[in-house]
Amino acid sequence: MLELQNVSKTFNPGTVNEKLALDHVNLHLEPGDFATIVGSNGAGKSTLFNAIAGEFIADAGHITLDGQNITFLPDYRRSKQVGRMFQDPLRGTAPHMTIEENLALAYLRASHRTSTFSRISRADRQLFAEKLSALGLGLEDRMKQPVGLLSGGQRQALTLLMATLVTPKLLLLDEHTAALDPATADKVLELTKKIVAENHITCLMITHNMRDALTLGNRTLMMDHGRIVLDIAGEERAHTTVDGLLQRFAENVGHALDNDRILLSTETQ
Amino acid sequence: MFTAATVLSALELGFIYALVAMALFLSFRILNIADMTTDGAFTLGCAVSATAAVAGNPFLGLPLAMLAGAAAGFVTAFLQTKLGVPSILAGIVTNTGLYTVNLAVMGFSSNVPMLKTQTVFTTVQALAGEGFPYKLVVAAVITVAVCALLIFFLGTRLGLSIRATGDNPDMVRASSINTAFTITVGLCIANAMTALSGAVLAQYQRSADINLGTGMVVIGLASLIIGETLFSRGSMWTKALAAVAGSVIYRFIIALALRANVPSECLKLISAVIVALAIAAPALRDKAALNRRRAKNRKEDARHA
Repeated sequence: MLELQNVSKTFNPGTVNEKLALDHVNLHLEPGDFATIVGSNGAGKSTLFNAIAGEFIADAGHITLDGQNITFLPDYRRSKQVGRMFQDPLRGTAPHMTIEENLALAYLRASHRTSTFSRISRADRQLFAEKLSALGLGLEDRMKQPVGLLSGGQRQALTLLMATLVTPKLLLLDEHTAALDPATADKVLELTKKIVAENHITCLMITHNMRDALTLGNRTLMMDHGRIVLDIAGEERAHTTVDGLLQRFAENVGHALDNDRILLSTETQ
Repeated sequence: MFTAATVLSALELGFIYALVAMALFLSFRILNIADMTTDGAFTLGCAVSATAAVAGNPFLGLPLAMLAGAAAGFVTAFLQTKLGVPSILAGIVTNTGLYTVNLAVMGFSSNVPMLKTQTVFTTVQALAGEGFPYKLVVAAVITVAVCALLIFFLGTRLGLSIRATGDNPDMVRASSINTAFTITVGLCIANAMTALSGAVLAQYQRSADINLGTGMVVIGLASLIIGETLFSRGSMWTKALAAVAGSVIYRFIIALALRANVPSECLKLISAVIVALAIAAPALRDKAALNRRRAKNRKEDARHA
């Protein structure tokens, strides 16, 4: 489904701040793959997402999505097929527009049946209400309210719905529950699992929770210094513990995983 | 306080200038861009409409003016989205260039008198007969029609995309909307409305002048903000109608000032003060509240001491 070949990106080339953020990254995802990504601070996890989503054009390499070469496609044309969620719940929705209008934006843009001047129809509204009630947050009764009135968790759940309303070929989740309180984070994660499974969405998820990294989805990737240093799946993954994962990371890259939040989250579990 | 004639003319002008307030509602409120093209686009609309009317095509003058305004908006948007000129500067650059364009449209003369020219207004007057408030009706019909079209448009996919562009650019880029495109469409429509306002005004007052648009962005903002202060909450309908109401109220304020023998040369200053006060209102309110709390604290401290 997704194929990255030798993708590289250097920030601030030729200056003292030069940083090789992606170093010849190769990655192949099968349709329906759900891979989690962990790594040190500054390992290039979000940069990898930015490269896939088209926030910048990679310096070198090829990116193919479902057989289409998207290496030079601008971001707004990729996002028809690539859904994306960020850590900050405020980034995914337009606060002064209503819930219904936000959903319409996500729906009308990606749906094939609509034109530039399509408006929200009664059938659309019905569909939005059904999808909203599946979230179990009571948002279906608040469709005419501006999104700015919702809590962070509600906004993130809405963003998830918007990203998957028209099933994307690839879903990128960038620590999308990290800014939520634990109970809400669990709820949003449950919804994510449910929606991804129901629609068989190919998915990449960055997390700092080592347990999630091993239990969610079917593959675990570890990144360091712009490279994917570990890629485990299947039996091997099923038998890996959090400690084992940290140990293998240290063996592979020659130093311990240094992500302050990961240390915190392993201690508390 | 007012004679019937002043009320009527305030309403007429209010409806005509309401198009500018709605244009700024689109560019300033929805797209979050302070569009400095407004002044030039207004004069451009005047010039095109007057020239067309003098040539015997008053009705054709209105769509032509809108087209010209849209072109001006396109230049500003192009500078901003494709060439990386900061948005305010892009508008100022276009505005400066428009001065020459406007003079050229008026045949390199600083005004076009059209005392005996047939206009949209005189045509309707001839059809409707005596006693019909033709000026008010023409102005109101044009403004309400544009207002309805604008609101309809803002509910479409493209309209929603434009609204989201101003509301959350981060989200917009992540949802397959080309912001360069939405900004361009938004500025074209806004300046087409501004130019239409100028076009109607030129035919209304039977003259076009190179300086008619000066300060128009401030007048439009004043109207918009007055409207918002009075009827800010609600649907898009309320918000757009608030711009019309604000424009009418602004004209009444001006009529009041004129009645109080304020010389008409001072009107621009009055507009500027209204806008400054209206925009500063929330900050002033917060500061006043803080001062009250401070004074209260000081009093309590004094009592405890």
